[in-house]
Amino acid sequence: MSLRPEEWAALVLSLKVSLWAVALSLPLAVLVAYLLARREFPGKGLLSAVVHVPLVLPPVVTGYLLLLTFGRNGAVGRWLEDTLGLVLAFRWTGAALAAAIMGFPLMVRAIRLAVEAVDPRLEEAAATLGAPPVARFVFVTLPLISPGILAGAVLGFAKAMGEFGATITFVANIPGQTQTLPSAIYAFLQVPGAETAAMRLVILSLVVAIGAVVISEWLSKRVAARIGRT
Amino acid sequence: MKMRVDLTQTYGDFKLDVAFETGPGVTAIFGPSGSGKTTIIKMIAGLVHPDEGRVSMDETVLLDSSKRQSVAVHKRRIGYVFQDGRLFPHLSVARNIRFGGRFTKTPGATPESSVVELLGLGPLMHRLPGDLSGGERQRVALARALLSSPRLLLMDEPLAALDGPRKDEVLPYLEALRDETGVPILYVSHSVDEVARLAEHLILLRDGKIMLSGPTHELLSKPEALPFVGVRDAGSVLHATVVKHDADGLSQLSISGGTLVLPGIDADVGETLVIRILAQDVLISLEEPKGLSSRNILPAIVMSLHKGHGPGVAVSLRLGEDTLLARVTARAAQELQLRPELSCYAIVKATTVPRSSIGHIRNKPI
Repeated sequence: MSLRPEEWAALVLSLKVSLWAVALSLPLAVLVAYLLARREFPGKGLLSAVVHVPLVLPPVVTGYLLLLTFGRNGAVGRWLEDTLGLVLAFRWTGAALAAAIMGFPLMVRAIRLAVEAVDPRLEEAAATLGAPPVARFVFVTLPLISPGILAGAVLGFAKAMGEFGATITFVANIPGQTQTLPSAIYAFLQVPGAETAAMRLVILSLVVAIGAVVISEWLSKRVAARIGRT
Repeated sequence: MKMRVDLTQTYGDFKLDVAFETGPGVTAIFGPSGSGKTTIIKMIAGLVHPDEGRVSMDETVLLDSSKRQSVAVHKRRIGYVFQDGRLFPHLSVARNIRFGGRFTKTPGATPESSVVELLGLGPLMHRLPGDLSGGERQRVALARALLSSPRLLLMDEPLAALDGPRKDEVLPYLEALRDETGVPILYVSHSVDEVARLAEHLILLRDGKIMLSGPTHELLSKPEALPFVGVRDAGSVLHATVVKHDADGLSQLSISGGTLVLPGIDADVGETLVIRILAQDVLISLEEPKGLSSRNILPAIVMSLHKGHGPGVAVSLRLGEDTLLARVTARAAQELQLRPELSCYAIVKATTVPRSSIGHIRNKPI
């Protein structure tokens, strides 16, 4: 199966967008998951709601809100452009932001479950051994939740690869620039006679998705063996 | 090391209100479950905060609620051995016991190699906690706490989760740790056996208040302690030196008030043992009995009587320099006219000292 250049471009862009989305949002997801699982603080309910809202909002609405906020005329978007020279709307960076936001609740949920499964009394034990809070997290909690972090990352990646509604609203569907795999499939389906091309991309999506699942299974087995949970 | 503790806390109807001091060696807090013993050591460790209180070790103040001062758990340098071990499941035994080492600037009083040898961990070092037996896990937990170079070790019923044979397996290690490391220990337990074997000093706790406290052997021999220790478990603690092993399996032990003949003593001649004689296993006779099957008939003097609830009377007897506690019925006490200063004979059945009540003392630091 040989791919045409624009099909290649869609695949490469999708992978780039998804990897960036996961890489940048994962540390924040770990932090938020930990706070939600372990700490009590004012505004905890609000934080939880904000994190989870993309899960229940129509993706088009999320995309439009992103455009209002991060567009060139949006408050944050203008500030980013003026200070950092970073433009998000109608660029691949915006696609990464949309993918990250849509995948974030899934990542937080997976990691939060993992944190809740770790006995907090182990952190207590670490404290009595002289470990300050950060060390307790790094040496005890983090290794024990690593399977959950991995699962969260895979979910986030899968969500980013499939994200369509928010992406097309926020960054449109520009071939070679913001046209991800789902956008490309959508575009082909709009053109009469392009069903074969669409089908090639569908098969490609399947291959990537199955590959991601296989790799994550293999990784999680390795991690489980390393932390002594078989 | 001298620790001063003064804590109050109210949980609904339950009020904890204690003040005590501890020194070197093992101090045990003994009480039934729900008496507040674990809460006390959690407060000393800083894991729980009292309504009001003050905890200091020598000149260092760890907690002073009146000044809103509280040292963080990880800065207190107080080791904690939990009932359930709480080993880190993802780390090998070796990495578990080295965990505390990286956070302390003060080198441990006991080097790792000695601790590993003392607790017999050599063959376990590369295993993961999931592959250890309950007794092995507690030994690793002891080593881990000890190697964080604590000023004090808190032990929260470290044997309670183990069955009988496992307890017997770990107890000698606890004795070795007590006798060879010099780290003061505050030991929480509801088992008289453990407390009698391990602790030099005893605090009897009931419903959040201290009922009695003092040296273990004195306190357990006090008739007043009987209601708190329980009729079945009450008994006195004596130090005995092994004199001779006889061919028929009995051993002669010298105590301050004479000689005891006991079976199944597993110790070398000359070794000093801690033995506990249950109050219900001691009989009192006004005349020296003849033709009795027991070999252990010792002259004694009645010191005091204590009538509790029920039909029993606790009688404390002076036996050389030791005190022996006997439990007789009120009717017997009346018919024998037991009273202070009365001379009598204490009869101890040879087979009645439970094996687990016999502890060893190694080169004991005083």
